Amino acid sequence: MSAAFDVRYTAQLARLNLSEEETAKFQAQLSQVLAYVEKLEKVDVTGVEPTAHANAVFNVFRQDVPRDWFTPEQALSNAPRSANQLFVVPKVIE
Amino acid sequence: MELTSLSVAGLQQKLRAKEVSPADTVRALEARIAQVDPQIHGYLSRDFDAALKLAESADVSLPLGGVPIAIKDVINVTGEPCTAASKILLGYRSNYDATVIRKLRAAGAIPFGRTNLDEFAMGSSTENSAFGRTNNPWDTSRVPGGSSGGSAAVVASHEAFASLGSDTGGSIRQPAALCGCVGLKPTYGRVSRFGLIAFASSLDQIGPFTKTVRDAGLLLNVISGRDPQDSTSLDEPVPDYTAQLGRDLKGVRLGLPREYFIEGVDPQVDSAVRAAIKHYESLGAEIVDVSLPNTEHAVGVYYIIATAEASANLARFDGVRYGHRAPDPTGLLDQYGRTREEGFGPEVKRRIILGTYVLSSGYYDAYYLRAQKVRTLIRDDFTKAFEKCDAIVCPTSPEPAFKAGDRSDDPLKMYLADIFTIAANLAGICGISVPCGFANVDGRQLPIGLQILGKPFGEAQLLQIADAYEQSTDWHNAQPTLA
Repeated sequence: MSAAFDVRYTAQLARLNLSEEETAKFQAQLSQVLAYVEKLEKVDVTGVEPTAHANAVFNVFRQDVPRDWFTPEQALSNAPRSANQLFVVPKVIE
Repeated sequence: MELTSLSVAGLQQKLRAKEVSPADTVRALEARIAQVDPQIHGYLSRDFDAALKLAESADVSLPLGGVPIAIKDVINVTGEPCTAASKILLGYRSNYDATVIRKLRAAGAIPFGRTNLDEFAMGSSTENSAFGRTNNPWDTSRVPGGSSGGSAAVVASHEAFASLGSDTGGSIRQPAALCGCVGLKPTYGRVSRFGLIAFASSLDQIGPFTKTVRDAGLLLNVISGRDPQDSTSLDEPVPDYTAQLGRDLKGVRLGLPREYFIEGVDPQVDSAVRAAIKHYESLGAEIVDVSLPNTEHAVGVYYIIATAEASANLARFDGVRYGHRAPDPTGLLDQYGRTREEGFGPEVKRRIILGTYVLSSGYYDAYYLRAQKVRTLIRDDFTKAFEKCDAIVCPTSPEPAFKAGDRSDDPLKMYLADIFTIAANLAGICGISVPCGFANVDGRQLPIGLQILGKPFGEAQLLQIADAYEQSTDWHNAQPTLA
């Protein structure tokens, strides 16, 4: 399976630019890690249910009531760019 | 005795007897930090004036009244930085308290100082911090373990009375072992994760570092409990975790998992842990053999599940709402790609890519779903073992602290440092590391940790078992010599 592993393509999916040097290095290092985790192929998991959370609880509800939280100023206080109580991002629609 | 050498319980006695004030305590810590932190680099930041202000109004009659507690720089504290030791969060300031911080404050504690970690808690040595590594107090050329290396090192070097860390695959227990202090990972769901920067949401749990087992109980008393803001926190009763301390161990059965006493464990670690088991026998505990047959798969399962969850959790770092943004983006994709390239360090990038890959179309079943199924087998191993014993004892780390730089560019080798701690996170059970001896390496004494694993929500008995060992041995009183 790890033969199909392509760092460049996967990094694109993750919206993460990589230098040429990093691409080559991670390709080698992560191929090694994948070869290690592929040992799991040999485990018989027939009929075994997957575990998503170790001590799982289901249907957790709380009262849907308004409460105080961030003011607009607080919500924007760490924004790299903001204006008119909004986050400013590069233009997305031509 | 120096004030900063006291345990939390010892400090409380002096505070309540009015022999010292909370402000004296904060000042004593500040002096100690100024003296030794240049060698340790356990702290990323601290606000002395803010802590002193809190100290002035502290109510010492409260459960942790007037006790300063250092916080891993991945837990939000209002008005303070929270960098996750990443350049991507440089300059960020929290606008809210994590639930554990709110609970600490309500109990009278003073959050003081932000401790170093591997970037986004990804690592086993604290070398992955974007702001420089933390040094082991017992030998500053060695690592303190990780990812909560700063939280462990500041307690071991008496720059803090106690601290909070987070444990996703051993990030509390392993640094506690390598630095020679107590580190407790609570059961998954025992402590709210609200306000903890998420790494792997199905594995992360916040817990304390302390000088004694009793202190760990005192902190757990305060931070435990169901929180409506974390739907995975469970509504289990919170007992007084110190109430069971001091009871004898007659009738207590301790399980020895044969898969944890294997070749590859450092001989000095192996003999220290075996000596601890003999000691338990002399205290009246019954030793039984148990088997955890799926142990060999734990590291593989962990690095699929943890990276998958991390790749999703770290998608929020996109340069829009907080943190670093690459300059002059030509469009949104360019902004995402370069912001994340510039902001994340190599280990975080590796894990995002691995996690994205195992979740990607065509590979999900082969990697992620299969890993979740093997996780069930690992969990079942513990359920079966706990039918035969009350707790499991084994080494925390296969070896004492390693030299800085030794494996920082060999991810697989670094991942294997967590071989004995990871399964507890996958199974969601609780675990603790307590000092159980020293290894003599190159003429230096390096701490060894004994790991004790308990049943889900079995922290009261876990602490009782750990305390019985600690109180009948002297290892926890040893102190590193710092110039």
